[in-house]
Amino acid sequence: MKEKRMNKIKITVNGKIHELTIKPWRTLLEVIREELKLTGTKEGCGLGECGACTVIMDGKTVNSCLVLASEADGREILTIEGLADEDKLHPIQEAFINHGGMQCGFCTSGMILSTKVLLEKKPNPTEEEIKEGISGNFCRCTGYTKIIESIQAAAKNLR
Amino acid sequence: MEEYSVIGKRIPRVDARAKVTGEATYAGDIELPGMLWCKVLRSPYAHARILHIDTSRAVQLPGVKGVVTGKDFGGYRWGFMPQTRDETPLAVDKVRYLSEGVAAVAANDEDIAEEATEMIKVDYEELPGVFDPEEAMKEGAPKVHDHAKNNISWEFHMDYGDVEKGFRESDLVREDRFATGRVTHGYLEPPAAVAYWDSSGITIWPAKQSPYFIYRHLAACFRLPLSKVRIIQPFIGGGFGGTKNDSLAGDFCVVLLSKMTGRPVKFVYNMEEELMTSRRRHNIIVNIKTGVKKDGTLVAIQTRCIADGGAYTAIGPLTMYLTGIQTTLPYKLPNFKHDIYRVFTNNPISAAMRGHGVTHTRFAAEIQMEMLAEELGIDPAEIRLKNAITAPHETINKVKVNSCGFKEALQSVMERPNWKGRKERKRREGYRSWGIGLSGCGFVGGARQLGHQSCGAIVRICEDGTVNYLTGATDSGQGSDTVLVQIIAEELGLALEDIEIKRVDSAMTPVDAGSYGSRVTILAGDAARKAAQDARQQIAELMAKQWEANPQDIVFKDRQVFVKGSPEKTLSFEKVARIACYSGTGAVIIGRGYSSYGLEPMDFDRGMGSPGTSFSFTAQTAEVEVDMETGVTQCTNTVIADDSGRPLNPLLAEGQIEGGAIQGLGQAIYEEFVMDKGETLNPNFRDYRMPFPLDVPKITIIDIPTEDPNGPYGAKEASNASITSTPPAVVSAIHDATGVWIKELPATPEKIWRALKEKK
Repeated sequence: MKEKRMNKIKITVNGKIHELTIKPWRTLLEVIREELKLTGTKEGCGLGECGACTVIMDGKTVNSCLVLASEADGREILTIEGLADEDKLHPIQEAFINHGGMQCGFCTSGMILSTKVLLEKKPNPTEEEIKEGISGNFCRCTGYTKIIESIQAAAKNLR
Repeated sequence: MEEYSVIGKRIPRVDARAKVTGEATYAGDIELPGMLWCKVLRSPYAHARILHIDTSRAVQLPGVKGVVTGKDFGGYRWGFMPQTRDETPLAVDKVRYLSEGVAAVAANDEDIAEEATEMIKVDYEELPGVFDPEEAMKEGAPKVHDHAKNNISWEFHMDYGDVEKGFRESDLVREDRFATGRVTHGYLEPPAAVAYWDSSGITIWPAKQSPYFIYRHLAACFRLPLSKVRIIQPFIGGGFGGTKNDSLAGDFCVVLLSKMTGRPVKFVYNMEEELMTSRRRHNIIVNIKTGVKKDGTLVAIQTRCIADGGAYTAIGPLTMYLTGIQTTLPYKLPNFKHDIYRVFTNNPISAAMRGHGVTHTRFAAEIQMEMLAEELGIDPAEIRLKNAITAPHETINKVKVNSCGFKEALQSVMERPNWKGRKERKRREGYRSWGIGLSGCGFVGGARQLGHQSCGAIVRICEDGTVNYLTGATDSGQGSDTVLVQIIAEELGLALEDIEIKRVDSAMTPVDAGSYGSRVTILAGDAARKAAQDARQQIAELMAKQWEANPQDIVFKDRQVFVKGSPEKTLSFEKVARIACYSGTGAVIIGRGYSSYGLEPMDFDRGMGSPGTSFSFTAQTAEVEVDMETGVTQCTNTVIADDSGRPLNPLLAEGQIEGGAIQGLGQAIYEEFVMDKGETLNPNFRDYRMPFPLDVPKITIIDIPTEDPNGPYGAKEASNASITSTPPAVVSAIHDATGVWIKELPATPEKIWRALKEKK
């Protein structure tokens, strides 16, 4: 029989505080998707290799499949659902729409959040810096070209 | 070319907003009240007899609601053709590949379901396995299926002209052996579905790029009429053929478990399960013999191929057909013979993948053409130009090409400074050596299979002038929903936001053959155009009466409807729609249409006749830098001149071509499953190495416009050609940089390093 002990955590997700009682082995990804029902964060490989589950925790991108939910206790988390300001999309979202920065959409949430952190650090990135900034995010559909163009356009709009 | 309002414009995707906000719902995101989780127990052996399955302990685990094994499916088998139905939802008497499904559990949550699978006891008798297709063909090799002599799953023989005479008349003949790698689709969304069984039948939300395959499979398996099988399609996280174009153990199990428990049941494979068990591209040995004249004129090609089919047939016969049917493109070829054997082994199942079938033989033929040109001292571009076809063209196996920009494509890559200046360029800098390679390709679009091959469309005009458009075609990421909506908008003179497209729901949408073989834009597009024209005609006839005009003179443009030459007779589309819908006692304006291209006779068994409606063409150069000490290769630049007819949305068409090229780059130098006695040793994305952002070269796309009569507005396919032309361009570039030929894909650093060592 598996361990019965439960952990209590308090996390802020997209500006909203959640107090949760969870099994200690639950990942942040599972809590976001299954407890908070925020399914915009995707599970691709589940091993931290593909970046589909990327969220921003205290200003840094993490693979939420590799973070135990208990480690996120007291932290502030941003998921894709928290990026737009009500109906007004974030400029990065706009740029991905206008420049064809997604196809199937499965990597898109993580890709956009990695872009956000990249552009906060480097508002005027070179192409190489963009590639490095999203090097943890895998995309099988686009060949990355339109994603890179979307990020360049987003950087311009944000400056 | 005719000027259109929305066709040919760089328009953002209609589903883009849902995808950048996280709103887009995929199969794994769906949760229903009372839903159970399904887990599949998988075989620890690649080849074994199942002696006994004891589920008694699993059933007793608290939270477990149902357990099924292979015998519970009533002997149901499925496959591509009636004579190849060799696969069962779960293994019944024998497992034929490692991790084949043996039993499945439904439980309250995923952890319990997983624990329960571990409590199922299966007694196996391990059997000797066979893992190499050439070994499997030998007398006395272990038999994967009792019915298959020498483990031959399928074979194809095509024989046109007289290759022996052709070789005799050639000035130079070469024979080489090439091999393509074991690669996979690599989409990020693993297979998943949620199913619910009630008195109305089956309702299922599966991750399928061709939902009407599973529609037929479930009806047959569960003996239900098609009207009681409802496939509702969520967003699809990438497809590229194969797995998401077929049914899987999980699909059948969730339906049966829902029937047993009365509750919705969900499965999501994890990525290891996906990579261990899913249908992957065939790896094929291509023995190729080509004869040419001194001036480079192609005289004859003979190919003898052996394909590792894995444990079941799946869509394999079509793959085999495709390896041969297009060898006669994009060069004039008077004599051609092709023999291919698909061989059963105890490896995971091989099936379709983007670049289907063609990628193997085109790789071999392109590289061998380079070798022949080198021996003859002919420029690699000149030999291609000399042999390139022009439209109209009919190949020796009666494949018809109505539009072809291949020569123009070749010329445009030849004019680029990187090709023109290649001989003057500095080639060596420190350890790194630079090289450039060229390739060409023709690829079928609007592909046909045997049997049902049409697409349908329904266009319903709402009384406020908006439109509901129903299609059975699936957008698995390629952007077809957007292109189809553009077509409806164009024909009705509306804006994209006036058209609402719902995803496939087999209870509502017209049946569709599926999203494969670059057929959606061409065939679903043809249907959409006809349905919109039908609705437009109904409105035009009503308004013609009102305006005392000829229906043909009624114009629909910019949300206005007017009589040509009489501007006073103008109304908004909104007003016209209301008049039409309220005419008489009230009318129903529904336009319908179905695709009708591609009806010329074809002989599948002999590989004669067109495999689709039209052909795209690419000419491509790729530049590489090879580290001469380690063999590590980086592709730094690629130029793709692409004739995809009239691109209906260049933004999306470019995305397809770029995506195809990078998937092809993976196949060329990075990706390969490493196998050991049927076990996939690298079932994860760290060790199965797909291209990441830093691996990506600069891509330049040159659009070569043509207009094909067998495509809406002249459209053809995009991306199957670029995935096919990339590997030969890259491997030729490696040769240009290093002087060695890598004949087995992928061209890994180790292979290059060994070849360089041998050369010294």
